[in-house]
Amino acid sequence: MMTPQTEAELAEIVAGAEGSLRIQGGGTRGIAGAGEGLSTAKLSGVTLYEPGSLTLVVQAGTPVAEVEALLASEGQQLAFEPMDHRGLMGTSGVPTMGGVFAANVSGPRRIQAGAARDFLLGVRFVDGRGEVLRNGGRVMKNVTGYDLVKLMAGAHGTLGVLSEVSLKVLPVPEVVSTLTVSGCDLAQGIAVLSAALGSPFDVTGAAYDPAAQVAYVRLQGFADSVAYRAGQLTKALARFGEVELVEESASLWQGIRDVSALAGQAGDVWRISVKPSDAVTLIPSLGAVRTFCDWGGGLVWALMPAGSDLRAKMKVPGHATLVRGEGQARFHPEPAPLAAISAGLRAQFDPRGILNPGLMR
Amino acid sequence: MEMPPPNAAILARKVELIQKLSQVLPSDAIISDEAETRAYECDALTAYRCPPMLAVLPRSTEEVAGVLRICHEMGVPVVPRGAGTSLAGGALPTADCVILGVARISAVLETDYDNRIIRVQTGRTNLSVSGAVEAEEFFYAPDPSSQLACAIAGNIAMNSGGAHCLKYGVTTNNLMGVTLVMMDGTVVEIGGAHLDAGGLDLLGVICGSEGQLGVVTEATLRILRKPEGARPVLIAFDSNEVAGACVSDIIKAGVLPVAIEFMDRPCIEACEAFAKAGYPMCEALLIIEVEGAEAEIVHQLRLIAEIARRHNPVELREARDADEAARIWLGRKSAFGAMGQINDYMCLDGTIPVSALPLVLRRIGEMSDEFGLKVANVFHAGDGNMHPLILFDANKPGDLELCEAFGAEILKLCVEVGGCLTGEHGVGIEKRDLMLHQYGVGDIEAQLRVKDVFDPKWLLNPAKVFPLSTTEARRGAVLAAE
Repeated sequence: MMTPQTEAELAEIVAGAEGSLRIQGGGTRGIAGAGEGLSTAKLSGVTLYEPGSLTLVVQAGTPVAEVEALLASEGQQLAFEPMDHRGLMGTSGVPTMGGVFAANVSGPRRIQAGAARDFLLGVRFVDGRGEVLRNGGRVMKNVTGYDLVKLMAGAHGTLGVLSEVSLKVLPVPEVVSTLTVSGCDLAQGIAVLSAALGSPFDVTGAAYDPAAQVAYVRLQGFADSVAYRAGQLTKALARFGEVELVEESASLWQGIRDVSALAGQAGDVWRISVKPSDAVTLIPSLGAVRTFCDWGGGLVWALMPAGSDLRAKMKVPGHATLVRGEGQARFHPEPAPLAAISAGLRAQFDPRGILNPGLMR
Repeated sequence: MEMPPPNAAILARKVELIQKLSQVLPSDAIISDEAETRAYECDALTAYRCPPMLAVLPRSTEEVAGVLRICHEMGVPVVPRGAGTSLAGGALPTADCVILGVARISAVLETDYDNRIIRVQTGRTNLSVSGAVEAEEFFYAPDPSSQLACAIAGNIAMNSGGAHCLKYGVTTNNLMGVTLVMMDGTVVEIGGAHLDAGGLDLLGVICGSEGQLGVVTEATLRILRKPEGARPVLIAFDSNEVAGACVSDIIKAGVLPVAIEFMDRPCIEACEAFAKAGYPMCEALLIIEVEGAEAEIVHQLRLIAEIARRHNPVELREARDADEAARIWLGRKSAFGAMGQINDYMCLDGTIPVSALPLVLRRIGEMSDEFGLKVANVFHAGDGNMHPLILFDANKPGDLELCEAFGAEILKLCVEVGGCLTGEHGVGIEKRDLMLHQYGVGDIEAQLRVKDVFDPKWLLNPAKVFPLSTTEARRGAVLAAE
């Protein structure tokens, strides 16, 4: 495993590479590829933190935990709640900020605050030629030229190796409360989440557990406001089932974020993004061992018997990623015209095809 | 502002082009008469004008595809146009181009409250998207000042923001899917009612690409339920620096208002004369809006007032009712109109880290003296998106050029302090030649390579965004091949 300590070293390694490179941060997200290992873990450290501007600039290999601790000291946080994959994947290692953005990892609050890509303000990266490039910056609003920042988020290192990221952070809410609605079948459960998300009460998490038949609705903010909104929503959701208020429920949402419902069980793990209401027809059609819904139903996690072709059973629009498992494409095949654009972009950024080759197609 | 000279070979084929276009468009969709093409000679950056060779107004995605396919075959440049409200010259034609206007494609295709989306054709105006879902108490969040007139197509092209994006984000954060017509006429669907791309985030790079990668004819947009209430507070200070420091302290304290607007004395005076909103005469004014449940509004306003009082405001005025709230917003919302009444002005759009506000405001003041041109500042302070309005006299020879030189210095300053050239208006032609202050040659080249993939012949809005010197070889290669 090559572990450059500076961006210049990283650029030199990529420029001089004679074969494929397997790019990783902390290696916790189970992205397996062919080629020589190249980790950004030693590119570590905070370049700039301005709490009054809600901005943070860190090197790509900086551990997520280190960033979270720093932000917590100023009452701030990563509002897109990046998942920690270690439990689900059975991996060890240290999740890094570069890895979070390379994989566009977003947790429950994605539905209200946005995805990792929405918080990424700027990037520095090394493209497949070994050139150091940058895009975006460290300000909240920036339409100066093309938004390659978004393109790099979720590119899984196939367009370039992230060396530095700048991002927007947000204040930690004063209170986290959760309403649970029990005794809901799948259709009712998704209906609870739709009703909650369509209310004026600023819901920041909306998950449903088909096994337990419980819907979870999260409220965050100032104590008085959360108490009021919880009261209003309790009334609004009572028609679906028994509503209970769980106070101080941060750890509950950490479990939802990390998909603990599916952890530690044998089989393939799929992550499916669909229109929320389509979850109702999708889930019964899968023949899954276990499922879990986040994002109001729009994110379905499915534990499937090893080797089963989930995509063949998926009859609704959206996409499915094989997060844990072998023998099938990790990413959902793109329609031909989009695949051609993606291939064109990869050829421009990585003309030799050495960065995580084959990973995304 | 330099534009590439029109290609005589293209102009010579105008009749042939019209004949081909009439095979895919009804005759009333092709505007070729010189008197009529003049209506498309500029956008809201009116200092620059050039009538196009033709304008076309298709009524469907298929017609757009037909137009682009023909222009692609004939090597004719195309400048897409939403409602023509760009402040950056994004829709400025060249004499040898076809203006492709989407104004006639404006239907609502689907509203889905359970899934909180609306699908519209992109000629629809921003405000009428919210209008379409208002009865169900929903709204579309990005709210550029021109929202009454500007089209979703232009919003997507420029990744438009607005006063409320501190909380809700800009267009790219609210855009879920598009129907994109490529320059060769291929129609592709990207994204949809589900969240996040499966492969590369193509939606993310199309949004804000200023009509250079394709023409977006339909869009799936996220809609939100309206909050129960909203209330502004007006806080007056006797210095810009103190107002800037107050903004930073509010954000640091964990309060996240939906909007923090800033106006300086020249702007306050002009607005007051124009709109008579009853603003206090002071050096700097903040309008801060919070929203949510009543308990939330009260709590946030209390915190904001506590922080503001530490900075000794000369006045702090909370809206007690809807009428007072409207009066607080009245002056701010009429700021651009007010400035236009008293002067010609150029509106800049540089964005800076909030921490640099006091320094940048002071330097703009100093430069104003050096250039001998007045500046009024009105902007979105919460996210550092400045809008300095430089006042000049269009009838005075040399004044526009002086104003542009001053503007360029302000934008360079924004970049120097860690900011950028444009926060929400786009580069267009206006900031095109400053791009190398923001980015290195390699960084620009990486962006050009993206256009090479989507539009290899460089026909879509080709003379915008990047300095002409950096794109000459690409644009030239196509001309040479014709």
